[in-house]
Amino acid sequence: MNIIVLVKPVPDPKAPVRLKPDGTIDREKVPLTMNLYDKHAVEAALRIKERYGGKVIAISMAPPHAIEILREALAMGVDDAILLSDKRLVGSDTLATSYALSQAILKIGNFDLILCGMESTDGNTGHVGPEVAEFLGIPHTTYVERIEIKNEYVVVKRLVEGGYELLKVKIPALLTITNTANEPRIPTIRDVIKARRKAITVWSVNDIKADPNKIGLFGSPTRILKIEKVVLKRKSKIFSGSDVDKIIESFLAELKKDGISLLR
Amino acid sequence: MSGKIFVFIETREGSIVNSSLEVLGKARALANKAGFSVEALLLGYNIKHLAKELIYRGADVVHLVDDKRLEKYRVLPYTKAITEITQSEKPDILILVATTTGRDLGPRIAARLGTGITADCTDLDIGDYIDPNTGEKFRNVLYQIRPAFGGEVMATIVTPRHRPQMATVRPGLFSIPPKDETRSGDIKEWTIEFTNFETQNIEILESKREPRKADLKSAKIIVSGGRGAGPKGFKLIEELAKLLGGEIGASRAAVEAGWISYDHQVGLTGQTVKPDIYIACGISGAIQHIVGMKDSRIIIAINKDPNAPIFKIADYGLVGDLFIILPKLIEKLKSQKRRL
Repeated sequence: MNIIVLVKPVPDPKAPVRLKPDGTIDREKVPLTMNLYDKHAVEAALRIKERYGGKVIAISMAPPHAIEILREALAMGVDDAILLSDKRLVGSDTLATSYALSQAILKIGNFDLILCGMESTDGNTGHVGPEVAEFLGIPHTTYVERIEIKNEYVVVKRLVEGGYELLKVKIPALLTITNTANEPRIPTIRDVIKARRKAITVWSVNDIKADPNKIGLFGSPTRILKIEKVVLKRKSKIFSGSDVDKIIESFLAELKKDGISLLR
Repeated sequence: MSGKIFVFIETREGSIVNSSLEVLGKARALANKAGFSVEALLLGYNIKHLAKELIYRGADVVHLVDDKRLEKYRVLPYTKAITEITQSEKPDILILVATTTGRDLGPRIAARLGTGITADCTDLDIGDYIDPNTGEKFRNVLYQIRPAFGGEVMATIVTPRHRPQMATVRPGLFSIPPKDETRSGDIKEWTIEFTNFETQNIEILESKREPRKADLKSAKIIVSGGRGAGPKGFKLIEELAKLLGGEIGASRAAVEAGWISYDHQVGLTGQTVKPDIYIACGISGAIQHIVGMKDSRIIIAINKDPNAPIFKIADYGLVGDLFIILPKLIEKLKSQKRRL
């Protein structure tokens, strides 16, 4: 089983979001981390490899400093890591990103499965998986919780609203992984040190033979018209203290004052 | 009419999924604004009888593909049918509901058609767009509005040069349009050729969906529990909900912990709710949860962590242990009720 995992560096969700005066996100000051769902995809890939043999390659399309996130994937146990990084890719939307990633995957060539997280914690679109699969002309399945290899097929459990589907999908295929699929391993210090010594391949747009008209802002059909800060018009009346009876009393009194009744 | 809005209609067990009707209603409003037509895409097997209802609910045209191979949703044959109709009919806009089906299918269609798509829109509108670089003006484009960057901002996204302009829309945000049996429209039947690749690569071995038992959408009061509640906390939450005549909600953490079933889940991967009063107990306020309940009229939060983000969006915040606060609050309200 040769598996390619798509890994996205995202702003650390635990770090507060800082906005620039124009309303766009200040990405430079935000610490990066591996997208949570992609971590589950890396774990899923490693478990398949441990059971059936093969090789796992992690690939990321990101600015140069995101190389640390690929080191994390190496420390978890992936065999190789590739960073697709080029100024001409800046401004790519999900379609342009998926095109570029699919070109990189074609350059890698030999694969049975492509795994990625069900979405990213920053964009939350979940587009890149299905779009990469379409560019490669292979089937895809989203929201996968369980994977079993059966010869030239995978049998997967796909989560849907209020239940699941069991699907038999022909290999090669792309699967997007949920965060309920597994518990991602935490690399040991030794693994982290070993990963530091590993070489990470860096590819440019020329390396993947991408059509310059299909990448970056120019190759992206979508445009941001405007970004507005969400103004929450909430009363924010907070009741605290050590006396619980008093908290409840003042809360109910305030409700009454505002003309709100819990009982009807 | 100068343009077309396509709406992909989801069916399940031979009936139309409600959220598809919600989006059909929204599409009708947009179409009226722009002078466009609304056209429904109805795919499945033995579903011809559903076409009329779509016309009664606002569609001008129903594009129907009735084929055994489309009986249950599978991405490849559905992509083929929709892209083929789209390439021939050239709609300006194509909208899907952001269910697990819409989010599986939408991006695949977008990539095949080489167009843009915006995920999980919470609102749509029609307006003009001027390219800031070229000054070129585009009339009647689709405004795809969605929370971005963890919900701190609302982004309006457009697809000025590519057609169709695509979006998936979160379920539960718009009301279902009333049935008007005096409306008329065209039903166009299509026959689509499928390849073996499209029909044989994905096979459904088993599928299981439990219908939602909890009706959160129409609830006036929802009492919700999160990670801080635990199984014992949900007993108290249930008691309070009963006392107030409300429903029980939950965060994803509580559902995943197995304290309550999925049909109670509120948030990005659950239901979107807009009750008069939402009481969040032991819910920290992760954005996944907040997007599902932030439009509630009044939000009350109970949490022992004074820095929990839920307090930022609450009208009333009670800082303290829910295991102490809830029993006392229930007791107090019970005595009030006796006096009513």
